[in-house]
Amino acid sequence: MHSKRQDQHAWRKIKSALVSAGTFVSALLVIAPLGLVFFHLLVNGASSINWDFFTQLPKPVGAPGGGMVNAIVGSLELLALGSAIGIPIGVLGGVYLAEYGSARGNSMLRFIADVLNGVPSITWGVVVYGLVVLRFKGFSAYAGGLALGLIMIPLILRTTEEVILLVPNGYREAALALGIARWKTIVHVVMKTASKGIVTGILIALARIGGETAPLLFTAFGNRFWNHDLSQPIAALPLQIFTYAISPYDDWHRQAWAGALVLVIGIFCVNVLVRILTRERAPSTA
Amino acid sequence: MPSSDPIVLETHDRHAETEPETEERPLTFEVKNLSIWYGDKRAIDSVTMDVPSNAVTSIIGPSGCGKSTFLRSLNRMHELLPRTRLEGSVLLRGQDLYSTDVDPAIVRRRVGMVFQKSNPFPTMSIGDNVVIGLRLNGVRDQKFLNERLERSLRMAALWDEVKDDLHKPGTSLSGGQQQRLCIARALAVEPEVVLMDEPCSALDPIATAKIEELIHELKTKYTIVIVTHNMQQAGRVSDYTAFFYLGRLIEFGPTTKIFSNPSERQTEDYITGRFG
Repeated sequence: MHSKRQDQHAWRKIKSALVSAGTFVSALLVIAPLGLVFFHLLVNGASSINWDFFTQLPKPVGAPGGGMVNAIVGSLELLALGSAIGIPIGVLGGVYLAEYGSARGNSMLRFIADVLNGVPSITWGVVVYGLVVLRFKGFSAYAGGLALGLIMIPLILRTTEEVILLVPNGYREAALALGIARWKTIVHVVMKTASKGIVTGILIALARIGGETAPLLFTAFGNRFWNHDLSQPIAALPLQIFTYAISPYDDWHRQAWAGALVLVIGIFCVNVLVRILTRERAPSTA
Repeated sequence: MPSSDPIVLETHDRHAETEPETEERPLTFEVKNLSIWYGDKRAIDSVTMDVPSNAVTSIIGPSGCGKSTFLRSLNRMHELLPRTRLEGSVLLRGQDLYSTDVDPAIVRRRVGMVFQKSNPFPTMSIGDNVVIGLRLNGVRDQKFLNERLERSLRMAALWDEVKDDLHKPGTSLSGGQQQRLCIARALAVEPEVVLMDEPCSALDPIATAKIEELIHELKTKYTIVIVTHNMQQAGRVSDYTAFFYLGRLIEFGPTTKIFSNPSERQTEDYITGRFG
């Protein structure tokens, strides 16, 4: 009797150890790719990152040096265009979901937003290609920005809704009881209280679209030169990386590694910013 | 439980006999035949009651008796919940708050409210918390805002404690101070009435005593209606007391009479702690 009990005890211990080991290995597998990617990028890309990379235009094949300044600036321009579409619509839509609307209509909107969040990003590129590029007979920064903005909308909408619902009702009541109009209550009290969360949602959306390549392939298209006309094709960092990476030239490969490293560091920085913002979140809720 | 049948319509008529004692004072609210539903649930059942001016009226009753709903119907705050329906009328100095041309925001400017849980806006300083009602209602004159800030904080007996810290967050204050800040915020828009929904239930006895003292001073300028779970508090601060049970007004009258010689058996049972 006693020994049987001890056997069971030993077996339990083994099972426990197995499960612990299993979770540990899984956790390692989660972290490992990040480490590998970053290590690989550093090894291959760091040597090509220099002042020229951030200040020079791409050089023709064979010519040494050159940089990706046009792609870096182009990416920023595309992000700005995408934000101009994605932030206002996403934030206002999230406010609507949290503050207005009927329960039934809202659950439908929520479902649609979740479905849109799952749509592969290249689909957005195709949609914008059909709607804008074909109609205006040309690739353009506007088309690229629109594709990115469309991806941002459901992302920002859902995070905005969530953080607005987190604002305790007591604040709404307090403001309304002062005779403050509903919309002013929402803007000056509710959204202000949730502002860190809203900004966090926006940053996460930006980090997500910053590295998108597929929706830009047949919208922004890419460009080897400076372009200050937004109705023309424009360079973007992910596009440039794509073009360089599939080229047969070693020189371009090195530039692609460097571009990828810059992109990852940029997105990493945005994520760190998000962490800082969310850490000091929510002043003691009433 | 004294009354086995809760739906006795005569209750409403019987309490009317106690009303003459209030008739000498001017009235702030005249509530007539008020019934309120949340969906299918009737929360208030044909309540008729007058609230005298410049006095403290307390509303007591067991949980779920509708006292909070009644209080909120006095500045239309109960409408924030979905699917509410109302019958009857609430007159504020003769004007029906529920007539179709009345904007609830205007009603709430005239009838301020202090809540159970102190809720200063977490993103705003002490000073901004006080004047936010004015500012968002369009007042820009900084001198006027400063004057109103000091006066409201003085009236809420908080000025001396915070005058050097007006820029600090409202949430940095203690619980009792936060509640007085909320009172100052409500006073800053110069309402005619202040409704208080269990304003001391989250406070310690010392902070409670301060708020009660404040209520006593405020009634010279304002009409105050306070919902309280604490019968001693009702006895201490109020001039009139209304006892609600199951959505009906069982008895209303001067506090001294309600507490020493209630006309209704249910009131007596509740006050003596036999139920509730």
